[in-house]
Amino acid sequence: MIKLWFKSGVPWVWLNAAAVSTCLIMVIAVLGLITVRGVGHFWPSKIIQFSYQEVGSEPQTIIGEMVDSSVTPAAMAKSAGYTLADNEDTLVQHLIKTGNRDITGTDFRWIQDRNIKNQTEPTDLLTIERREWGNFYGQFLAVKENGKVVGSGTSAWPIAEKKLAENLVIFEQIEKIEKKDIGKVNYGLERLRLKQKALELEKQWNSATEKQFAAEKVELENQYKQFQTTLADLYQQIRRDSIVAKADNGQEVEIPMAKIVMMFQPNDMGWFAKVGHYFAKVYEFLTDEPREANTEGGIFPAIFGTILMVMMMSIIVTPFGVIAAVYLREYAKQGFITRLIRIAVNNLAGVPSIVYGVFGLGFFVYILGGNIDKLFFPEAAPAPVFGTPGLLWASITLALLTLPVVIVSTEEGLSRIPKSIREGSLALGATKFETLWLTVLPMASPAMMTGLILAVARAAGEVAPLMLVGVVKMAPTLPLDGNFPFLHLDRKFMHLGFHIYDVGFQSPNVEAARPLVYATSLLLVVVILGLNLAAIIIRNRLREKYRALEG
Amino acid sequence: MPDLDKPYNQTSDTAKPLTQDFQKRRLIKDIVARYGVIIGGLSVIVAVVMIFFYLLYVVFPLFLSATAESVSQYPLPEKSQGNTVLLQMEEQNELAVRFTDKGEAVFFQTATGNVVLKQAINIPEGSHITSFAEGSPVSEGTIVYGFSNGQAIIAKPKYTVSYPNNIRIITPTLNYPLGEEPLAINDAGIALDKIAFAIADNATTVVTQSANKITLTSFEKEQSLFADEASLQRTDGEIPLPSEGVERILIDKEGRNLYLASKNGRLAFYDISEKASPSLKQAQQAVASDQKITSVDFLNGDLSLMIGDSSGAVSQWTMVRDSNNHPQLQKIRAFKVSDSAIVSLKGEQRRKGFLTVDASGNIGIYHSTAEKELVKTHVSDSLSFAALSPRANALLLQSADNKLHFWKIDNEHPEVSLKSLWQQVWYESYPKPDYIWQSSAANNDFEPKYSLTPLVFGTLKAAFYAMLVAIPLSLMGAIYTAYFMSPNIRQYVKPTIEIMGALPTVILGFLAGLWLAPFMEANLAGVFCFLLFSPMIVMLFAFSWQFMPKDLLNKIPDGMDAMLLIPVILLGGWFTFTISTPIEAVLFNGSLREWFKNDLGIGYDQRNALVVGVAMGFAVIPSIFSIAEDAIFSVPKHLTVGSLALGATPWQTMINVVLLTASPGIFSAIMIGFGRAVGETMIVLMATGNTPVMDISVFQGMRTLAANIAVEMPESEVDSTHYRVLFLAALVLFTFTFIFNTLAEVIRQRLRDKYSSL
Repeated sequence: MIKLWFKSGVPWVWLNAAAVSTCLIMVIAVLGLITVRGVGHFWPSKIIQFSYQEVGSEPQTIIGEMVDSSVTPAAMAKSAGYTLADNEDTLVQHLIKTGNRDITGTDFRWIQDRNIKNQTEPTDLLTIERREWGNFYGQFLAVKENGKVVGSGTSAWPIAEKKLAENLVIFEQIEKIEKKDIGKVNYGLERLRLKQKALELEKQWNSATEKQFAAEKVELENQYKQFQTTLADLYQQIRRDSIVAKADNGQEVEIPMAKIVMMFQPNDMGWFAKVGHYFAKVYEFLTDEPREANTEGGIFPAIFGTILMVMMMSIIVTPFGVIAAVYLREYAKQGFITRLIRIAVNNLAGVPSIVYGVFGLGFFVYILGGNIDKLFFPEAAPAPVFGTPGLLWASITLALLTLPVVIVSTEEGLSRIPKSIREGSLALGATKFETLWLTVLPMASPAMMTGLILAVARAAGEVAPLMLVGVVKMAPTLPLDGNFPFLHLDRKFMHLGFHIYDVGFQSPNVEAARPLVYATSLLLVVVILGLNLAAIIIRNRLREKYRALEG
Repeated sequence: MPDLDKPYNQTSDTAKPLTQDFQKRRLIKDIVARYGVIIGGLSVIVAVVMIFFYLLYVVFPLFLSATAESVSQYPLPEKSQGNTVLLQMEEQNELAVRFTDKGEAVFFQTATGNVVLKQAINIPEGSHITSFAEGSPVSEGTIVYGFSNGQAIIAKPKYTVSYPNNIRIITPTLNYPLGEEPLAINDAGIALDKIAFAIADNATTVVTQSANKITLTSFEKEQSLFADEASLQRTDGEIPLPSEGVERILIDKEGRNLYLASKNGRLAFYDISEKASPSLKQAQQAVASDQKITSVDFLNGDLSLMIGDSSGAVSQWTMVRDSNNHPQLQKIRAFKVSDSAIVSLKGEQRRKGFLTVDASGNIGIYHSTAEKELVKTHVSDSLSFAALSPRANALLLQSADNKLHFWKIDNEHPEVSLKSLWQQVWYESYPKPDYIWQSSAANNDFEPKYSLTPLVFGTLKAAFYAMLVAIPLSLMGAIYTAYFMSPNIRQYVKPTIEIMGALPTVILGFLAGLWLAPFMEANLAGVFCFLLFSPMIVMLFAFSWQFMPKDLLNKIPDGMDAMLLIPVILLGGWFTFTISTPIEAVLFNGSLREWFKNDLGIGYDQRNALVVGVAMGFAVIPSIFSIAEDAIFSVPKHLTVGSLALGATPWQTMINVVLLTASPGIFSAIMIGFGRAVGETMIVLMATGNTPVMDISVFQGMRTLAANIAVEMPESEVDSTHYRVLFLAALVLFTFTFIFNTLAEVIRQRLRDKYSSL
């Protein structure tokens, strides 16, 4: 019977079905994994106080968040060198994020479940997110102003929160002055220096220009001094307050308010407070600058860089892609040349992206960029302006990379437009170009849109070529700012995909950075899948529409 | 409607030229648009061709041969100051120095021979010069003169560069690193017949031969804590003179190894790291018994000796560790340079190349590891001395008629040859020839090793494991989706799988490296159990499914099998992972990984080919699936219906009719998938250790061409050999994928024609 069953071929069909199921499971598992880990990152987790005693040592208190647990079978644990009692089947371990890197030197530690004597969740434990040294976990003790205690115990908590809010406002002002205002002054000074050098090169540097430049320089320097005095004042204010807390090893630590980003008592939070905290964290993630070598804080510059690069790329790729598709569909005689072009298009789509990176670096950056520098920016030498990886070259490289996507999609759209429409237009006396411009292209615009969306989705997720042509792990300034000429095509930028690679693999503290990478991945996946779905929906609508036209 | 006609008639006369103009403009616009579009369309081809030719353009200089051309020749400057013992050039090739047997250093301009400076060394009274030697390139041109009274003096030409009025001026002087007073080497005052020395940071070793003794004298600078003056601590050692005599003495730059070469071809090697007690390690015949050693020099780094003999052959000798881990001086390669004796040999100072001068006046430039002859040309009928500039881009030669010849050399990439890129190369300090990629290291005299073979191997290995995962899943999936699945499920399943392809590979790589790799390491047995048992579980379920109550079977529409199987596979997965622990405990002592390591000797790398296979398989599945599914789905219906009508089962129809017809499409799908796997960068970069090893084991990592470019390109210097070799790697990738993609596209176009005719 089994023989007969096999002969009927049914089991093979089932096996094929299993392949589809496996693929589906894989997709869902990957998306699920990213979603769960990414979404969970911002939820305020409880702080647990363990009383922990390892065999043959003093009991100790450990305070921290439980991050992960592992269960190892006894046999495996023993072969790995753990000692277990005979009646234990498994070794249960927990990964605890203990924070306090400045005190203990590490952020995380593994503890064994069997050594935990008891665990509690006291409500006065607090988490402090700091600007350096990672999180602090401990017990809230007091608030200080100018070194004097102004409130202690639980009752002082509202004072602490109020003071932090004030300090954060001051911190923002300091940031604004340091980054924006002083940045502007520095930019002005640099421009003056370059202009002077340019004039010297052109032999037009004389006493008149010298005087004028000196005046401008003095003006800028005065501004700078003014900012410095304001800054000094603000710094004095922000250094006034601090918080006293007790770490899990009993040490009392004084943390200046200036170093605190956020502090909260998660064990004391209600559900609504947690939701509020959650969205505050998400907001911070989306709009803030990264801190601590990108492992904490937000990813705003990466989002900004990605979007700007993708926009520039779209502007470049759309006309070229559309023209090539129009040629293939409307102008070229189907034959050898079109075959050749199709092969070329397919090759453009199939060439490894890293090869585009190599080409972009060699051709665009060094050859084009190097010559642009020689012709237009001799005053900047030996520092390169366009002769170094940057936004412009990254956009052009990715435009080349995504060209086939736009071509294929537009061509498909053009092929679906019924012949009768073109013939009608031509019969009414329109030239071929008019037919194209006034009837065919508008009708194909959703297809172009689809192509563009797919191209954007591809570009947003591409990392390998960008590593060579302009993406950096930390860009000091955004490529778009308030200084003339506003859009700085020569600047390097940050990118979501590269951020994932860099933080996940190059950062010194991978364990601490991992949740952030999941969150970044989730954002990227949502954007890209969203774009793809949009493209699919537009395409389906389009098909429906033309089916109606044909019918 | 007269109102409408009226303006038309009224304006018709005056508007006539306007309309003509307008028509003309329309036509011009049309023509311009036509050509614009044609140019735009063809520019796609231009783009592909340009990428290819640009890569080729960067790579091409690697394979150009070197050139040497004569710049000038002039009579020997200051001939009266004695015969040449050494010629030397400085960094910029502007100045050269000629040391004479009268103890004179004559600095002159290389281009013209105009003397810039003459300086004599301090010859002790009542003695004369008996020996001379040049130090290792590391000591920047330091030389030594040995005298008949047993004394010696070490001197060093120094060049100071200044830029008055933005013009470079190089001023030479002669320095004495160990003081201007000669050092007493032989206390008995016996003449130093042969001399050699090595200067390291704080120790100077001088080896001399006087009468029938070889003496080692080492001066160690001892800086006392408080005094400014450093005192010289002297150690002496002695070696009996070998019976066959000594022609050349050579010491490596660290003063650890001493080589004595005799005229008739004996080469003796001493360990002199203990200066007081040098020990003979090895003595052997270095040239054929009827030949003589005519010239010897170190290769850059002082790890190998190049020996030229009277038959015109040059052989490379280096220390190789034998099976007992003892260093042995061994001949690792030989060059047949000329038919006449090698008069002079000079190693390049920054690379592993060397210059040969033979007795009939020919020069040759070679690279040792690339085994490449770069230049061979005739200069003059007889040459005696040669100097190679520090950057190895200029030559100074003295001919027998007392003329100097100044030559320029253009030799940018000697280290690359087809052999050094693709074949096994025996590098210094390696036990045997091997494929090695190692492009940079911390130390200065490091030799970059550019074998692309391990990278290509890694690329193919990664692609192979990825295809091993992807082909069965995607093809079987495509067969089912296109042929058996019910259409309303298909419209959701197909885009879902295709959307996998849109997932950024950086995310897949991140998950593979930071989630999948540790997971597999911890659950290796579970993974294997799952691979082994899940098909069985599916079969078991399928078999028992037919015994389900008919009512239930009827309720579930056809083509839902895939949906039904999702919970089955999930449960099966959970089940296999659960039973894997006891299986592992019983069969493999608790850890399959340890078992592999201890019992089979297979090491386990956390980021390995298995992880890459799964992750990259995941990335490749959608490309293969999508194209294969299209190919199967578009097999004309009348073929399948005909087959079914003749009594074939759906599966028979599938295998014998559909697959056969769609096979070119499936083939091209696999091609495209393979092309994608070969070029994938981020997943490999993140999910392997990126070590360029050649190990087929599934538990070991690899480094692929693409990942290698991503890792090394940002730090490679423009137009350096490294940069060009990376471009070559990109060109290899491009060519590879170009062939695969073109093949796939041509097959697909053929298939399309075939379907339309069916």
